[in-house]
Amino acid sequence: MHDAPAHAVHQHAAPTSFIRKYVFSLDHKVIGKQYYGLALIAVLTGMVLSWLMRLHLGWVNLKIPGLHLLSASGAPGDVMTPEYYLQLMTMHGTIMVFFVLTTAPFAAFGNYFLPIQVGAEDMPFPRFNMMSFWVTFTAFLVLISSFFVGDGPTLAGWTQYAPLSAVGAVAGPGQGMGEVLWASAIAIFCVGQLLGSLNFITTTLDMRTKGMSLWRLPLSAWAWFITSVMGLTAFAVLMPACILLILDHVAGTSFFVASNLVINDQLQPHSGGSTLLWQHLFWFFGHPEVYIAIVPGMGVVSHVLIANMRRPMLSHRVIVYSMGALAVLSYMVYGHHMFVSGMNPFSSLAFSFPTLIITIPSTILVLIWIGSLYGSKLRINTASLFALGFISLFISGGVSGFFLAQPSIDIMLHATYFVVGHFHLVMAVAAIFGIFAGSYFWFPKVTGRMMNETLGKVHFWLTFVGAYCIFMPFHYLGIAGNVRRYQAFVDDYLVGLIPLHRFITVAALITGAVQLIFLYNLIHSGFRGEKAPLNPWQATSLEWSTPSSPPPFDNFGGRHVVVYHDPYQYGIEGATDDYVMQDSPAQIQSVRDEK
Amino acid sequence: MATTVDKPADLEQRGDHLRRASSGNGGGLVPAEGRLPSVEDRSPAASTGIWVGLTAISMTFAALTSALVVRQGASTDWQRFTLPSVLYFDTCILLASSITLELSRRRFACALGGLRTSVAGAASWLYLTFVLGMVFVAGQYVAWLQLRHQGMYLSTNPSGSFFYVITAAHALHVLGGLGGLVLVVFRMSKSTLRRSTLDIASRYWHFMDVLWIYLFLLLWFKM
Amino acid sequence: MGKILAVTIILIAILSAVPIVMHTWVAPADVSVHGHLIDEQMAETMAEAGIAFLAGQILLGLFIWKFSDVKPGARIKNFPGGAMGLVIGAFLLVGTEVLALGVFGVKAWSEVYFQPPAANAMPIQVQAGQFAFYFRYPGPDGKFGPIHPELINEGTQNLFGLDQDHDPASKDDIVTAEMAIPVNHEVHLLMHTKDLGHSFYVPALRVQQDFVPGLDVTLHFTATKVGKYEIVCTQLCGLGHYNMKAYLDVMSQGDFDSWLKQQAANQ
Repeated sequence: MHDAPAHAVHQHAAPTSFIRKYVFSLDHKVIGKQYYGLALIAVLTGMVLSWLMRLHLGWVNLKIPGLHLLSASGAPGDVMTPEYYLQLMTMHGTIMVFFVLTTAPFAAFGNYFLPIQVGAEDMPFPRFNMMSFWVTFTAFLVLISSFFVGDGPTLAGWTQYAPLSAVGAVAGPGQGMGEVLWASAIAIFCVGQLLGSLNFITTTLDMRTKGMSLWRLPLSAWAWFITSVMGLTAFAVLMPACILLILDHVAGTSFFVASNLVINDQLQPHSGGSTLLWQHLFWFFGHPEVYIAIVPGMGVVSHVLIANMRRPMLSHRVIVYSMGALAVLSYMVYGHHMFVSGMNPFSSLAFSFPTLIITIPSTILVLIWIGSLYGSKLRINTASLFALGFISLFISGGVSGFFLAQPSIDIMLHATYFVVGHFHLVMAVAAIFGIFAGSYFWFPKVTGRMMNETLGKVHFWLTFVGAYCIFMPFHYLGIAGNVRRYQAFVDDYLVGLIPLHRFITVAALITGAVQLIFLYNLIHSGFRGEKAPLNPWQATSLEWSTPSSPPPFDNFGGRHVVVYHDPYQYGIEGATDDYVMQDSPAQIQSVRDEK
Repeated sequence: MATTVDKPADLEQRGDHLRRASSGNGGGLVPAEGRLPSVEDRSPAASTGIWVGLTAISMTFAALTSALVVRQGASTDWQRFTLPSVLYFDTCILLASSITLELSRRRFACALGGLRTSVAGAASWLYLTFVLGMVFVAGQYVAWLQLRHQGMYLSTNPSGSFFYVITAAHALHVLGGLGGLVLVVFRMSKSTLRRSTLDIASRYWHFMDVLWIYLFLLLWFKM
Repeated sequence: MGKILAVTIILIAILSAVPIVMHTWVAPADVSVHGHLIDEQMAETMAEAGIAFLAGQILLGLFIWKFSDVKPGARIKNFPGGAMGLVIGAFLLVGTEVLALGVFGVKAWSEVYFQPPAANAMPIQVQAGQFAFYFRYPGPDGKFGPIHPELINEGTQNLFGLDQDHDPASKDDIVTAEMAIPVNHEVHLLMHTKDLGHSFYVPALRVQQDFVPGLDVTLHFTATKVGKYEIVCTQLCGLGHYNMKAYLDVMSQGDFDSWLKQQAANQ
């Protein structure tokens, strides 16, 4: 007892039963894998939904075999109805934004690797951590259940604007039970994320091992920390918004529904509510949410690139400050989703300036990444390919933001495919590339096996080219005035754009199918992959100094890690290896890196 | 040229407060009578954790506040009503409970530090806090009944809607705080209570008190 | 493979730029008075964004090309100017560029939103509802009669809920399914929604504005070219959203007067 280790933290002993080991586990590594598994199920679901949408957009009267089994009323004779298109679209967006982009880059990788990267044995509140996964999983089930009730899921888009979302079933199919299930699922999801953020923040601030100062944290750890602070504040606002929405729906309140509304010749019973109030509450959450989706990717990509460039970033601190600046600014820009909403036009101008300014930290990040490539010894492997692809995609997606940040241009581009192209490039592709980079990079540590490099490279090339084929044309459609959220293009000026839509659909089907290569690689390598060395990438951060892959239950096998170095000591000259690990006591001269 | 070598220092760990009792009893369980309990305190994670939680709760109530303000300004249908009289009583109750909790916390700290021989006094104040907390929640329910008596239900008017939502949200969090107090009572009775647990439970409780003052004033001015 | 990646990135960038430069897909031609300000802003932004896009992708490609096949003995080098140089570059180049765009863009925005309508602007009310737009002209008295929501009845085609028996101002109101306006004559559009959120978008006219339930928003514009244009809804409003549209018919003053007389007779 008197010799109790300096870190008296491991509150839970290694479990023995199957349930405790793999189902209700307190181990952050298991929880991370559970989140990854959930994200995988979600992304496959979301991808299938996108295929259904794209098929319908290319060929409106297409019979999609078996669709009537998913919904008899939504697809009589296997032909999708207009409302069913909107319902699938709503679920696609909701599943992807919440259960893929918030879950995989942040909750999955972060849960697994943050404690290890700070040198801890686990997060400080393992029971809350376990709860956070199961609460999130429950939210997923509640959301999916809306496919199977009454007239299906809500059709109001992932943005759920009131009054459409608040007046109830009278507004359309899915707006009864489907709507209540959506709002409940999301409120539950918020709780799960808050529990997660609690652990991430306390891990970063209080569980760092000896010698691990904040500036010695790897960039991935910084990214997860910054993201968790955003999550804490953003989800805490979305939750009451969803509750107020549910009340409008089931309890007859009028938070968001104005007076004198007539639907189907019936005067609606609500009065005095504010449509814009929902939008303000939603987007106050919604804009930080998209940075929650991308910042972990920035951290992971930086981390992966550094190991593969064999040098640290040109300035480690500038990357951290830039990610932090993005997080802070993200709260000031949300009104750019509301430029033509009927909000005071002065407010629109006010929001446009921080929106334009947020391009500065984004540019700094891109320039530092590119600038660090200069003079590096870049190694090409699947992980680094996805990391480099991320940079290209972030440039493309970011640049389209220049247009949307200006209210006058937004008059033309609001609610068109230009917006859809912009956010898909940054979220659906760049953020996903961050997930892929992390997957290929960390797979050897999580499983002890290597993924197949050839399959990985095929996956990269087809996905990179395919994603551009899908989403670059969205911008052209937007410039031509193609309105979004249409299930068919019947307007005179839109009919001529259908051939481009068909091209996109074909690209989407092929690129989607290519993802099965990744899935196969993941599963096959998990069982049959080549055994991985402990540190296959010759990387420096603490996850590579665990005594085994996968790491033992307490991460470091009872060893009390002491950190002696900055996180990215590469470019060491005159030594057998060109790097030194963070916990190596070796006294070396590191490569010059600017602070 | 940046060198990054640290000499391995001794194992004095930041944030690890080990207090050892002078008795020969090692780290943990002591009967409540007669002996000084020894405590092994955690790293500051619990303390950080409660601040994190309180931040999230603050954001939620900030969102409700701005929703209230915007909704009031959006239309002319805001109907003012008399605040249920029980709320004045309830506010005093909650303030009293913070005082009793503080008394309990300090007595417990004294007991740990060796200035007292038993934690019995601390326990009594703790029970009283719990009772006062329950009275507070019951008082909220009475407030809702009083409001219904005035004819103001959840959907009657936006002012009433916000009253119910805000007081219900606060009461729910108070119930959570009561749960925390139950945990503290349980551990105190088993002599496994860490000082930090009582400290952070108190912090949460006092925050609920401060939050209530803020919400009460908000309701008072707006309703 | 690094070199192949470099070439691919640069090729994708150039290919992406081609349809923009070739104007393969463009917005419908501008037929409004204020639209040229928006189009100029768009062109400037496209040029600056285009340069940033191409420069970024080409630089990325170049560095991947150069540094992905490095000889084993090579030393790590730092980018000239280091991080500070790049940060300053970002602030100066991008910062000034975006601020310039922002400042110049204020003019286009204020033309639309901060100028009051002309004194002789023609008032027209548009009502959006699931899933159609209807229009109302005030008639010779120049006044719109009050809307009684409880009287709205699709069956009897009382689309605006007018009480023509008791409200004198409603008696001469003209309700139509199509919006006709005279060319070169400013229109003051009063936007009212019957049920939920919709939006009024006429790409050729360079206007887009959401309807807000409970709040009547207004817009003003002048069409400069005779022709038939589509008004489409851009705010998701339910299953008929894709089909919710009306025609904007810009006519000569003479044709418009005849049209209005005809519509009045049909009430």
